[in-house]
Amino acid sequence: MNTLRPALGPTRRTSHLRRHAPWVALAAALGLSLLLPGQALADFWTPESGGSSNADAIDNLYKFVLAISAIIFIGVEGALIYCLVKFRARKGAVAAQIRGNTRLEIGWTVGAAAIVIVLAVATFIALPSIRNPDDSGAAGLNLAASGVAPGVLVAAGPTKKLPPSGKSLNIKVVGQQYLWRYSYPDGDENTLNDTFSYEEMVVPTDTAVTLDIQARDVAHSWWIPALGGKFDALPGYTNYTWFKVPKGMEGRVFTGQCAELCGRNHANMTARVRAVSPADFEAFIAQRKQDIQSANDAAATTRKQLEPELSDSGSAEPKQ
Amino acid sequence: MASTDISMPTTTPVAVPVPQILAHEVERPNTGWTSWVTTTDHKKIAIMYMVLTFVFFILGGVEALLIRLQLAQANNTLLTPQTYNELFTLHGTTMVFLFVVPVWAGLGNYFVPLMIGARDMAFPKLNAMSFWMLLMGGIVFYASIFWAPPECGWFCYSPLSSSTYLPSGGVDAWIFLIHLTGISSLVGAVNFYATIANMRAPGMGWGRLPLFCWAMLTYAILLILALPVIAGAVTLLLTDRHFGTHFFDASSGGSPLLWQHLFWFFGHPEVYIMILPGFGVVSEILPVFARKPIFGYKAIAAATVVIAFLGLLVWAHHMFATPSPTIVLVFFMMSSFLIAVPTGVKIFNWIATLWRGTIEYKTPLLFCVGFIGTFLVGGITGVFLAVFPIDWQLTDTYFVVAHLHYVLVGGAVFTIFAALYYWFPKMSGRMMSEPLGKLSFWLMLIGFHVTFFIQHSIGLDGMPRRIYEYDDVGNLQLYNLISTVGSFILAAGIGVTIINVYVSLKKGAIAGPDPWKANTLEWYTQSPPPANNFDTVPRIRSVEPMKDIRRQIARQGEEREPERAMAGASAAPGDELQSA
Ligand SMILES: [Cu+2]
Repeated sequence: MNTLRPALGPTRRTSHLRRHAPWVALAAALGLSLLLPGQALADFWTPESGGSSNADAIDNLYKFVLAISAIIFIGVEGALIYCLVKFRARKGAVAAQIRGNTRLEIGWTVGAAAIVIVLAVATFIALPSIRNPDDSGAAGLNLAASGVAPGVLVAAGPTKKLPPSGKSLNIKVVGQQYLWRYSYPDGDENTLNDTFSYEEMVVPTDTAVTLDIQARDVAHSWWIPALGGKFDALPGYTNYTWFKVPKGMEGRVFTGQCAELCGRNHANMTARVRAVSPADFEAFIAQRKQDIQSANDAAATTRKQLEPELSDSGSAEPKQ
Repeated sequence: MASTDISMPTTTPVAVPVPQILAHEVERPNTGWTSWVTTTDHKKIAIMYMVLTFVFFILGGVEALLIRLQLAQANNTLLTPQTYNELFTLHGTTMVFLFVVPVWAGLGNYFVPLMIGARDMAFPKLNAMSFWMLLMGGIVFYASIFWAPPECGWFCYSPLSSSTYLPSGGVDAWIFLIHLTGISSLVGAVNFYATIANMRAPGMGWGRLPLFCWAMLTYAILLILALPVIAGAVTLLLTDRHFGTHFFDASSGGSPLLWQHLFWFFGHPEVYIMILPGFGVVSEILPVFARKPIFGYKAIAAATVVIAFLGLLVWAHHMFATPSPTIVLVFFMMSSFLIAVPTGVKIFNWIATLWRGTIEYKTPLLFCVGFIGTFLVGGITGVFLAVFPIDWQLTDTYFVVAHLHYVLVGGAVFTIFAALYYWFPKMSGRMMSEPLGKLSFWLMLIGFHVTFFIQHSIGLDGMPRRIYEYDDVGNLQLYNLISTVGSFILAAGIGVTIINVYVSLKKGAIAGPDPWKANTLEWYTQSPPPANNFDTVPRIRSVEPMKDIRRQIARQGEEREPERAMAGASAAPGDELQSA
């Protein structure tokens, strides 16, 4: 029989310390990696939040899942390590020849299923507060009277949700390589002449903002972590989300960036959302309108000046 | 046979005489490299598979280290954005299509026939074709580095992968890689299925099939179901790129979302294709080194099949951020939750296998235990990602990168290394060095966790995946530096195993047929096995045929001890067969 096992050899009786040293090293490495972050500990374990109630609701749901996970993690790893320490081969020890235990196996299958059900229930409880937009508050932009966005400009759909009042400031977000373009409603039916801005979106506080997210070229993904989750911008589709920056956060800027690989400069496709008071927001829109108008006028003047030259030089440019 | 005459359990009584092969070769055998190129021997094909896939593993690893070097500093300029995008595309594609999936085909090729008592795979020539197709796929893909490698990531989302945005041939090289490795895997899968279904040893019913073979059978079925879908998808992409179709072009009525559905319908089963064989390896190794039978054989086999079935129904959890109706999100959340149940059952069964055993700390066992502890984290973070509102925050960030590496390095790479250390003596006839093996294990385990644990936090702090640079906000630079340091520790651990293989091939202790006192049939034959694997195939009476055989030898040894002493010589193998 000896030839069957030449390799089971002399390593069996190493010292207690030596056997555990690697585990200790691993625990120390993990522990150290947790201590290093210091003051930013909150974001070490959980997603960002704080700019909108839907992001906060996701954060809370995440913390719930994290708590359950921590219990499972400690329980299972604990059982594993206990077995490894307690049942290592010793002189004279004989392994119990157990082939299974139907009751126990049914037990932990049901247990695992029960945990899953708890998680599903928690998700369904949290879902409305994440998915469904809040109404604007009293201090928000007055959507009925404002010169910017009077009345209801949007309609709900199977994937688009509106606040209970049916009123929101609906901003169109369009991703293109490597820039985000936002267009703000201006109260008329024509969306082509809407005021727009690039990269930085300006929004009024305490106001329900709904976003229609689209893409012009390749797939992008809209993401401002503190204002809620990601929503892909896909050519041919419109995706929807919402947020509401609480009153008192005027002046705060929330940053984020495109989260779907969209080409070589994907890393530089950043986005900002600046929260301002409703009055400042209306002023911003008025200013943008004026700026765009004067830029258009200047362009028209230049075009007019160039037109004779162009036609003289036999340009193939189509005339209007 | 001289050194193995006692252990070759020729004492096994066989009810029906099995014809013995007296001449292994009747033609003059090929020697040198032609013996490899022309071979249809499953063991030689398997060795070629393993060598080739490890070459790709090293290439993929170097790509990963370059990625980590670029990210070690905020706003680093080591790599251009183009090179960076090419590197992560090469890394992901290489590891999935040229390492993990085919390395299991290699290990399965070697050990499935041996474990079920067959003399080769069912279709030896198709088997050779599988290997050569894999090599072709690898060459076609890596040839692109001399022109323009693809830059669209390993799932090559449309429309970025269209000819408008990536006109170079890199995407086409990727498409042909999918086709060639796909044909390789598909042919191999049919071969595994036919082999396991038809060529099991006498007495080996489905209830006595080794769990690694159960896993390879499931691997084969998943490949057969998933591969045609990706083959179709990349064909549509190819015609979109070159022949004027618009399957994925929204401006002409096509849909980029269609690509995502088709890709992930393949892509998620692919995850289980990569880790189920690893589960099988763990289910083989734990009982051997705990000296205990596997706990709940039937539950583990059933869980394998259930995971595979559910694995076909969860693909859109990769697409929670796409414009999809809530009911779709809910369905895929629930199906993803369900898959946690059989996975949990497996983990509990493995721990119960260790319970009250006598655990021998050999390197294969360490890798299995490291797998359980690591994969558990990947399973748990998988539950986070299955909750779709939470996924909205986590998807496409480094949290997902951490999760998928916990699943694929924890679930596949660690078990591949366990399999290597466990089966190396069988394949080479020599033992691997235990001290080097343990050093490699600890470096890999520590390096892995230092690299990837912190990446959860990198993602939670808002860093998306696939960006070549980032601003130093918060602790991002510190976290990324930790991750980079870890990746080099991990690489060092892998390097130690490569050295170990090299040294042990020349100087390792002679293993003998059954160095671990293992349970399954591959340990019944010599190490390395002869071309025909077995002269006789014993009748199988349990999941642990070698245990039965050893017990029988011990019993017969006791009975015949006086007799033998009188005769003064050990019995010839033929005698015992006749006497039985
Ligand atoms: Cu983008």
